[in-house]
Amino acid sequence: MARILNMDRTQLLGFVLLAALVFLVLPLALDAFRLNMVGKYLTYAFVAVGLVLCWGYGGILSLGQGVFFGLGGYCMAMFLKLEASTPEATAIQSTPGIPDFMDWNQVTALPWFWEPFHNLAFTLFAVIAVPVAFAFIIGVAMFKRRVGGVYFAIITQAVAAILSILIIGQQGYTGGVNGITDLRTLLGWDIRTDSARTILYFVNGGLLFVCLFIAAWIKSTKFGRILVAMRGREDRVRFSGYDVSAFKIFVFCVAAGMAAVGGAMFTLQVGFMSPTFVGIVPSIEMVIFCAVGGRLSILGAVYGTLLVNWGKTTFSETFPELWLFAMGAVFIGVVLAFPNGLAGLWTDHVAPRLPRRLGGRPRPEAAQPAPAE
Amino acid sequence: MPNATDFLLAVEDLTVSFDGFKAVDNLSFYVDENELRVIIGPNGAGKTTVLDLICGRTRATAGSIRFRGRELTALREYEIVRAGVGRKFQNPSIYEDLTVFENLEISFPRGRSVFGALAFKRDAEVIERVEAVAESIFLADQLNRRAELLSHGQKQWLEIGMLLIQQPDLLMLDEPVAGMSVAERVKTAELLHRICADRAVLVIEHDMKFVEDIAHKVTVLHQGKRLSEGPMHAVKTDPKVIEVYLGH
Ligand SMILES: Nc1ncnc2c1ncn2[C@@H]1O[C@H](COP(=O)(O)OP(=O)(O)OP(=O)(O)O)[C@@H](O)[C@H]1O
Ligand SMILES: [Mg+2]
Repeated sequence: MARILNMDRTQLLGFVLLAALVFLVLPLALDAFRLNMVGKYLTYAFVAVGLVLCWGYGGILSLGQGVFFGLGGYCMAMFLKLEASTPEATAIQSTPGIPDFMDWNQVTALPWFWEPFHNLAFTLFAVIAVPVAFAFIIGVAMFKRRVGGVYFAIITQAVAAILSILIIGQQGYTGGVNGITDLRTLLGWDIRTDSARTILYFVNGGLLFVCLFIAAWIKSTKFGRILVAMRGREDRVRFSGYDVSAFKIFVFCVAAGMAAVGGAMFTLQVGFMSPTFVGIVPSIEMVIFCAVGGRLSILGAVYGTLLVNWGKTTFSETFPELWLFAMGAVFIGVVLAFPNGLAGLWTDHVAPRLPRRLGGRPRPEAAQPAPAE
Repeated sequence: MPNATDFLLAVEDLTVSFDGFKAVDNLSFYVDENELRVIIGPNGAGKTTVLDLICGRTRATAGSIRFRGRELTALREYEIVRAGVGRKFQNPSIYEDLTVFENLEISFPRGRSVFGALAFKRDAEVIERVEAVAESIFLADQLNRRAELLSHGQKQWLEIGMLLIQQPDLLMLDEPVAGMSVAERVKTAELLHRICADRAVLVIEHDMKFVEDIAHKVTVLHQGKRLSEGPMHAVKTDPKVIEVYLGH
């Protein structure tokens, strides 16, 4: 495995430590309720890992990743909702057999685009395919026209705003502001019990590691180096014979796919999906998770997500109204003082002090001022 | 009138206008196989714009650019590169965050599609080519250095190397010796002589001593138009050229 990913000892150690934390330490240390909460946080880490590739490496800042997280989550939620809306369970409705919110909104038949979500295989496919297809369309529309940088960020933000407004507006089809709630079973398996949630936590952790490995692999290939090259010198890459837009579209789709898996796992673990995870605020929060972890570090993204969310939970329990300001302050602080986030702190200050055997290594050659010409 | 297909590059009646201002104005010139052509001219004459037009960075308002008989004005940038045209920018444009080796490797013409790049293997052929090119651009001992740590002159060479590894049939260099020391200029002239043994090279340069060193033929550009063309000794004594360019 490590060979395929061209990993060195330090990277491998990082993966092992994170795996120990996710699969051993946290499950042993936390009760089922807290573990489920960490599981929820980890679903955001999928988004943050995607952002490391897309933003950290590729230089494409998307402020609309909540869109893909949400679409993945909604696809999953539609399946679960249909399973929970059997004619027997919904007998008191004026139209039994359709989701309750449809009935409240005077919808009398299941809309056509809900039909395929009776099928689990289709749903799992759609969880990834729908967000990725959407990312592909945005990517083609933007990158082929050379829209980039701040303009792209603003457009993704607009997409997030539009989609959340659309979901809220189309109550009868989407559940509106409340989202799709009261999800119960997955093929008859009750997902609300502690044991189910614990199992889902481990499934979630496993999928997160799959994404981490994919990200590490992409980073290790020439594609990864082209991302870095493109970030600084897009024209040079273009005039070296590469179709730059294709690379951007691809990495944007990968990030969207990862976000989507996170969204679906969110729905499964938390039991609902709502437009609050689609809009502008969550999308920006996800960028902050990534920045705090270090936007160039795949593993850092996971730690950043955990840390910020832990802070959010602790802080907002005590001072709920201050949290948004605190979050803003953290972001500005990180960007100004630690542009490489937690991962930068680690490689610059901690790793050089570790014994070599443990993967410690001397600081990389520092940039020297260019000699006078 | 020469037949355009006899030439490697045939630029005919090329015009580009930026909001009415004609940066290149009805320009025609022809480059032979294995020729080393230098374009000179005062600042703002449109030299860089000509290269931009050839490599597709700027779209022509009118005129044609044929490369081996193939019309370039209709192609996308990367298609022009794949057709065999390499271009160096006026400011060294290299990947600072990557090593010299990686800079050259990215430019190696294989695995240029998304999936090609994912599947790309650093095999013996790649390593051998990278090392050979690094040797020729005087950077053989710098392969594992981050490119941002190179001197200005070395960065210029690296960018030339990144083009060489693509083995283009036409290499276009925009002020390759700008900011170089005298010793570096001499080495660069030697490098260019070697390079054009098996390809055509189009160079923009201000340094007259350097131009005399390398040029087979010189085209003088002024206000987007061709002012004069010929071997250096003839161009140097052309009164029009002396007046607008060499005079001061
Ligand atoms: N994209 C553009 N839009 C508007 N004007 C442009 C554009 N590109 C170039 N120009 C103008 O075209 C003219 C020619 O510019 P160009 O860069 O080709 O000159 P040059 O001969 O390379 O000069 P130098 O020797 O200073 O490099 C200049 O007046 C410049 O301002
Ligand atoms: Mg110029």
